[in-house]
Amino acid sequence: MISPRVSALTIALVLGGAILLAALNQFTPVGSALHVPPYVIALVGKYLCFAMLALAVDLVWGFGGILPLGHAAFFALGGYAMGMYLMRQIGTRGVYGNPNLPDFMVFLGWKALPWYWYGFQWFPFAALMVVLVPGVLALVFGWLTFRSRVTGVYLSIMTQALTYALLLAFFRNDMGFGGNNGMTDFKDILGFNVQADGTRASLLVLSALFLCGAFLVARFIVLSRFGKILIAVRDTESRTRFLGYRPESYKLVVWVLSAIIAGIGGALYVPQVGIINPSEFSPANSIEAVIWVAVGGRGTLAGAILGALLVNFGKTWFTSALPEFWLFALGALFIGVTLLLPQGVMGLFGPRFVKAAVTSAPTISEEEEAPV
Amino acid sequence: MTEADTLLYLDGVTVSFDGFRALNALSLVLEDGEMRAVIGPNGAGKTTMMDVITGKTRPDTGRVVYQAGIDLTKLDEPAIAALGIGRKFQKPTVFEPHTVWDNLLLALAGDRRPRYSLWARETAAEQGRIEEILETVRLKDQRDRRGGDLSHGQKQWLEIGMLLAQEPRLLLVDEPVAGMTDSETEQTAELLREINRTRAVVVVEHDMAFVRALGVKVTVLHEGSVLSEGSIDHVSEDPKVIEVYLGR
Repeated sequence: MISPRVSALTIALVLGGAILLAALNQFTPVGSALHVPPYVIALVGKYLCFAMLALAVDLVWGFGGILPLGHAAFFALGGYAMGMYLMRQIGTRGVYGNPNLPDFMVFLGWKALPWYWYGFQWFPFAALMVVLVPGVLALVFGWLTFRSRVTGVYLSIMTQALTYALLLAFFRNDMGFGGNNGMTDFKDILGFNVQADGTRASLLVLSALFLCGAFLVARFIVLSRFGKILIAVRDTESRTRFLGYRPESYKLVVWVLSAIIAGIGGALYVPQVGIINPSEFSPANSIEAVIWVAVGGRGTLAGAILGALLVNFGKTWFTSALPEFWLFALGALFIGVTLLLPQGVMGLFGPRFVKAAVTSAPTISEEEEAPV
Repeated sequence: MTEADTLLYLDGVTVSFDGFRALNALSLVLEDGEMRAVIGPNGAGKTTMMDVITGKTRPDTGRVVYQAGIDLTKLDEPAIAALGIGRKFQKPTVFEPHTVWDNLLLALAGDRRPRYSLWARETAAEQGRIEEILETVRLKDQRDRRGGDLSHGQKQWLEIGMLLAQEPRLLLVDEPVAGMTDSETEQTAELLREINRTRAVVVVEHDMAFVRALGVKVTVLHEGSVLSEGSIDHVSEDPKVIEVYLGR
């Protein structure tokens, strides 16, 4: 079960930790032993956004049985929506000083703002797009694939193709999203300087709040009757169909919700790292997110958050200490977890944390489905 | 027999897979409330017949008429299930991570849409119905065990219980006693007879002793069409049936 105790602990640690770090950054003097430097705030904020992506992956993979190899696409789309808002806030402070056009458009010789940039100067509109763009893309993609009963590795490959197609598209300058360089040099968010320590501390706490909110929504979903049906679909799809359920609607609901969670994560990520570019769509990012979930423990929700934090902390340490070995370490970690900890780090704490969700997931064998 | 008594009517159903005719102009009439045993050698088309009735396979030609008017060949699995046709697989197929109770809860007839199940709470009526079914399928003491932890025979019963929870008018049961002990087989025959008091049942089976114990009308399939039909004594004396079963 996703027990109340583990859930309360998860929320307490995420929220308490973020608030503590933000307070130590804001209210202790620089140079004091307790002072948390701003770079740590930005780093942890980034981890929390990744944790939202991990949570989104766990929701569809751990409970819906869909292994997503392109979930970073939704994360990046949410990020781009936020990036467009931040670009419009630069206004005349850009290198070219054009009040309407972002620098890269002036550089390309564009005279007017493309229509799809309209509205992004208003935060509420941008916030709506953060939810709507990943959500609608997931809806269309999911509707087409689940209805056609595409499952398993074929579905995974299609998700990968989706993010790769977006990667190539966003690389193009004439798409109007900054091409290769993406968007950066942000100045303000809602009137606050994005570089300021206070803004960064607030964004950290906000990321923690959204992560906890997403965690609670995901928890509500998987513990509801809907969640039980979803797990049933994951393990024995044809049985649910002969009971009168439409597996495709269940998958679609959780898929769209997962994309929205990933998109919000991406939107919070961009102001904290100060840049969004097409590399966020790269398939490797999506695969890394799957590894976070595997490390933490698939189908446990809290494990996804834990895995994202642990692996990214390891990545930060490794890439500064032994930069050339990081990918080897990541590969070894994935193999090690798969062989030794099939239920991830959460499995170490005992089976009671993972009982509900993790199972050998038997499916009806082909032999039985074959006509006789 | 009048039209009104007919629950299911397969009319010249043909299904081919890569040139192999799994069903060959199969015609079959099932009365409402009837129990029918379907036997036949491997490859006779028994499972394909179930696939066609439940919407998993679309026939090349022919109609499947349910309740004198609904053509099942136009519908998909969930729609057919909603019309009251339940199906038990050959290999027991239950939701392994869920408890026996939850398995039945998910199978109970009701709103199948996500927008309902998101907010659904167990009602007293649902609990009462689940208790009844636990009694019928003899799993009262197993309610809190995971489906995956049950014995093979118990899984078979749980699956039958799930079908009952669906409140079907017609139950299709594929080899319910394969792999069961003698006493389990006996109890299963009893269970099916009990179910048959309120619903029509089609049982596909290899076990002749079990079919004899059911004591119902038997249809023998061979190469995708009906070879012989009647009581078990009638069909087992039919020279065509003897030829098919023993002559090879």
